[in-house]
Amino acid sequence: MSRNLILGAALSSLVLLAALVSFVWTPYDHAALNIPAKLQPPNTQHWFGTDHFGRDMFSMIMVGARTSIAVALVAVGIGMALGVPLGLTAAARKGSWLDEVIMRGNDLVFAFPSLVIAILITAVFGAGAINAIIAIGIFNIPVFARITRGAALSLWEREFILAARVSGKGAARISAEHILPNVANLLIVQGTIQFSLGILAEAGLSYVGLGAQPPTPSWGRMLADAQTMVSFAPHLALIPGLAIIVTVLGLNLLGDGLRDWLDPRIRVARA
Amino acid sequence: MLRYALKRLLSLILSLAVASVVIFAVIEIAPGDPASFMLGVNAQADTLAALRAELGLDVSKVERYFNWVGGMLVGDFGTSYTYRTPVSQMITDRLWVSLPLALYALTLSTLIAFPAGIYAAARRGKPGDLAVMGATQLGIAVPNFWFAMMLVLIFAINLRWFNAGGFAGWENGFWTGLHSLTLPAIALALPQAAILARVMRSALLDILAEDFMRTARAKGLSRRQALWRHGVRNALIPVLTIIGLQFSFLLAGSIIIEQVFYLPGLGRLVFQAISARDLIVVESVVMLLVFAVIMVNFLVDLAYAAVDPRLRSRT
Repeated sequence: MSRNLILGAALSSLVLLAALVSFVWTPYDHAALNIPAKLQPPNTQHWFGTDHFGRDMFSMIMVGARTSIAVALVAVGIGMALGVPLGLTAAARKGSWLDEVIMRGNDLVFAFPSLVIAILITAVFGAGAINAIIAIGIFNIPVFARITRGAALSLWEREFILAARVSGKGAARISAEHILPNVANLLIVQGTIQFSLGILAEAGLSYVGLGAQPPTPSWGRMLADAQTMVSFAPHLALIPGLAIIVTVLGLNLLGDGLRDWLDPRIRVARA
Repeated sequence: MLRYALKRLLSLILSLAVASVVIFAVIEIAPGDPASFMLGVNAQADTLAALRAELGLDVSKVERYFNWVGGMLVGDFGTSYTYRTPVSQMITDRLWVSLPLALYALTLSTLIAFPAGIYAAARRGKPGDLAVMGATQLGIAVPNFWFAMMLVLIFAINLRWFNAGGFAGWENGFWTGLHSLTLPAIALALPQAAILARVMRSALLDILAEDFMRTARAKGLSRRQALWRHGVRNALIPVLTIIGLQFSFLLAGSIIIEQVFYLPGLGRLVFQAISARDLIVVESVVMLLVFAVIMVNFLVDLAYAAVDPRLRSRT
């Protein structure tokens, strides 16, 4: 196993653990105001300091991890749930009008600047975590459709698929029983990468006020709140930013590591 | 080449048409009637009807769609509901901030990424390569708006080299304007530079493994000569695509960065228009951004086909 994989898995599990533990325990109540203790820099009582309402930053970061992970994970889920069947269908019906429609549709979604459309969607349908998930999720669909189709196309040329066809299996059954398991590795790797992009997108949307709404803590909104206070309380901006970086870095390293680990050809080529 | 260009042009027009329908439809679903939003809840029915007629809201949806698209084709983007000024004028004013910002960022990101990528590829597996790759991993993970805040903290608040926000305006001189776009451009450029450097490195590594590179060395070119004359030139093809794609990311990404620096660009225009229910402005700006992206991709494809005839037969 590579260093990337170990470091990535460690960082990602750290964030995941923080999110999970926050359901049962946080050092303080993340929403409890404590004005006398406001704007404290990191210290022994408040490991990450306190914000302008005296809320404990460490607790807020832990609960914020929950929001980030939930939004990004569901967005990846949407992308996979719709994109993978589309990609499998396009590959199974290669060259048909169906393939053409699916792929042109993909190109079209790719042509939209995703952030602009995410802003449009959240602006039209209202700001909130659910709409942020949908906005991010839509742009995951063509990513998964394209990668699935690409991998499936080369599989359809293989002999074991021919054998399955000879034995009388239909295209749908072959896609589900033989193609899907063989593209699963690829999907896991891409899923990790889209997950990290989702975390960044969620942070961006929350930062401009279109993501999760108060009182749900989110890293992006913590940064927006910190902006006017960055000159006298830099920890307010530093800590949520570092949380995002650790998460995204961890997931990217995990994705890279998984790709090398799951694909023996690359392992040999790199050695 | 002509046939290829025509084919691509056809798909370009089709994409733009579908995009315009999608944007129009999304905006149409938006709750709230702009006229009643402007006049408030106590508006008289006849006043409301008059304003709706004035804004062109009293015709059917289909007619409105064609009015909008037809107008855009001749450069008439309609009239803003809230400001009562031509939308095209508002967009042009804001473009003078957003476009130079995107170009500035693109220049910076290319200037950083090219040397970094070439350096890393030439020293593959050595400490220099590992350092560059580590830095790019970090660069990709950093949210650009957070990086922007850190730049403000260091260079505006502590060192006082730049203003923390706002735009000085081009009328006060080119350098003054450029100076106030510098921090936003750096914030936009760095994450993009990280991606571009990685693409440059891997493209170059692919090329370096080619037979013609060995031939180049065999005929007596030094490593450095072969790298520059044959390696970098060939690696430029994939790199150019990414640069084309990045331009759209930069235009869209500037929406958030403009919020950090209070820049009067397209991004702030969109946000203001959204909160004022000035839907015609939102519609037109989004359409313009999509047009820019589709257009850039089209030009990149054509440039490709001109450089590499093999690509014309594909697709």
